Amino acid sequence: MNNKIKRFLPQLLTILFVVFVFGFFTINAQTNMDNRGIDFGFGFLSQEASFDMQFTLLDYDGQDSYLWAYVVALLNTLLVSFLGIIFCTILGVIIGIARLSQNFLIKNSAAWYVEFFRNIPLLLQIFFWYYAALRALPLPENAQPWFGVTYMTIKGYYIPSMIWENLNVFMSCLIAAIVAIVFIRIYAKKVQENEGKQLPVFYISLALITVLPLLSFLIGGVTLDFEMPVLKQLAQTSFIFEGGVALPPELIALVLALSLYTSTFVAECVRAGIQGISKGQKEAAASVGLTPNQILKLVVMPQALRIIIPPTTNQYLNLTKNSSLAAAIAYPDLVLVFAGTALMQTGKAIEIVGITMLTYLSISLAIAALMNWYNKRIEIKEK
Amino acid sequence: MFKQLKQLTSLFAMIAVLFAFTTEAMAKKSKTLKNTQKKGFVRCGVSQGLPGFSNADASGNWTGIDVDVCRAVAAAVLGDANKVKFTPLSAKERFTALTSGEIDVLARNTTWTLSRDADIGLTFVGVNFYDGQGFMVRKSSGITSVDQFKNGISACTNIGTTTELNMRDFFNSRGISYEPVAFEKADEVVAAYDAGRCDTYTTDKSGLAAQRTKMKNPDEHIVLPETISKEPLGPVVRQGDAVWEDIVRWSLNTMIEAEEYGITSANADSMKTSDNPQIKRLVGAEGEMGAAFGLDNEWNLRIIKQVGNYGESYKRNIADTGILPDRGPNQLWTKGGILYVPPAR
Repeated sequence: MNNKIKRFLPQLLTILFVVFVFGFFTINAQTNMDNRGIDFGFGFLSQEASFDMQFTLLDYDGQDSYLWAYVVALLNTLLVSFLGIIFCTILGVIIGIARLSQNFLIKNSAAWYVEFFRNIPLLLQIFFWYYAALRALPLPENAQPWFGVTYMTIKGYYIPSMIWENLNVFMSCLIAAIVAIVFIRIYAKKVQENEGKQLPVFYISLALITVLPLLSFLIGGVTLDFEMPVLKQLAQTSFIFEGGVALPPELIALVLALSLYTSTFVAECVRAGIQGISKGQKEAAASVGLTPNQILKLVVMPQALRIIIPPTTNQYLNLTKNSSLAAAIAYPDLVLVFAGTALMQTGKAIEIVGITMLTYLSISLAIAALMNWYNKRIEIKEK
Repeated sequence: MFKQLKQLTSLFAMIAVLFAFTTEAMAKKSKTLKNTQKKGFVRCGVSQGLPGFSNADASGNWTGIDVDVCRAVAAAVLGDANKVKFTPLSAKERFTALTSGEIDVLARNTTWTLSRDADIGLTFVGVNFYDGQGFMVRKSSGITSVDQFKNGISACTNIGTTTELNMRDFFNSRGISYEPVAFEKADEVVAAYDAGRCDTYTTDKSGLAAQRTKMKNPDEHIVLPETISKEPLGPVVRQGDAVWEDIVRWSLNTMIEAEEYGITSANADSMKTSDNPQIKRLVGAEGEMGAAFGLDNEWNLRIIKQVGNYGESYKRNIADTGILPDRGPNQLWTKGGILYVPPAR
């Protein structure tokens, strides 16, 4: 009995302390809000938002509810995070490997890149890309086409939009190709394990993913048209492109700044991972006759990834949270739209900040869970 | 074990109840006034830099008609118009700063609307500038009226303001599709518009006039004649302290009424011997005009002497700086404007 109390008392006290602190803050907030005549509640979410957004992935109009505004803004945040993670990974891997190059020029340029971009505050970089780019880019009427049909202007990057017919046929072909590739890979692995033969999996996959969708155009009745952006005059000196898709400069500047900044950290993770593999491993692999490519793919990378993944997950989480700096340059993300405009219009500070915090927490936990799952998959399976 | 838990819970409940009662009891008197006098300065929320309204110079001295409201309150309750701590706030932060108690007066070109007055836990005490939303465009665009706006126009503005909502009402009612580009800070809006990101910049007309002076080349821009909304701008206080609310309201009213009776910072002292009893009341020479607030009788005299009347403030901050030389609606009712305040008696 005595022992039991000794064991449980500290835990009980801790719980009580936590409950007391939470209770105190809740009651304090409640009392202060009562005194100032502020109601607490989430009823506002169904009210009409009555403000517009510059850039949305789904249809949104000021007549929609605050809840829908929240969803649309959240998607904008996810879009930036997704693009940022993709680009920073690609760049990071390239730079990380370049840092280990034998070539003096490549090695040092990569080192300079890392030191430069990771040591300047991110907010400054965002401002730099936004305002520097804005001032450098041409007005729509002076824009020269890039790749013939796209226009980079101060008001955005205009690209042709795709008009599909029978898109579902095309998509099913694409999915079929991917499924086929997965099966072929499994089959190839079996063949290699049983007979020691290597099938040219890469070329078969490449052929599948190009031929099947192409067939859908030839036999499936799929057509693809492009709507070109066309210059339109609004006033004497004011022009805009109509038609096509417009990527706002805010989105471009934000993705650029986030991926350049985060790629430096990813690069260091990659370098650390590769350097963490002892020289003996490579020499042993070479001595059994593997080619340099095979050494990297089969011996070094599988082991290096175990070192690379956990710190890189941190960088992905950082990037996602840093995307909230979007508010500084008018990109309509969750913080600008929901914790900004919506908070202002409704005055529901506690509710909205609470929802926003929970949202970022959920996004981060989801990314962490995904990366942990991947980490589990690639870790050494000891027998 | 169970008993201990019960005892601790009741203790916790008792502490919680005690806390609830103390905050309740303290709210009855003017806690804000007492705290302000104890601290020795008025905590005032202002803009992050809007010439004419609240703007800091290189050495950190704040000027503007909103700033003068804060100074008037400081002169009234502390006896020194300089005893103000200014907190620059973005449009987004301003109400939270006030309701959370970080500041006690918000004088930040804030529009008085029903939902803000009723919902957010704020009280507007009056109007120190009658404004309306307008549009600025580049002169070279050839646009001279909002009727020339076409589909696809991009408009730069601030988030967290009535501007965002008015803009939507305006473009929707005319059936024009537009691209709203909303920034958190006014300086960023100006920079983006100036760089050519937007075809038009929309906010309160006084704000447009003031920001125009910050542009690289002010002469290249014009403010269109149309006004698309009513924007009565005024100081705001927290709900729940009626005495403090009255102090701020009557500090502003004193400045306006002083102009009406021709009392200026220069002649305020000599007005004590005036024959007009209303003038004598305004300079603390007759009646008990401060007792109800818990202030002495010369609180209004100090405002006029140290800050000046509304006309002086307007001239110093808005007319002489070239922002809006014409007072328009912000003229006394006796001179064709709509400034009309209840009598101080």
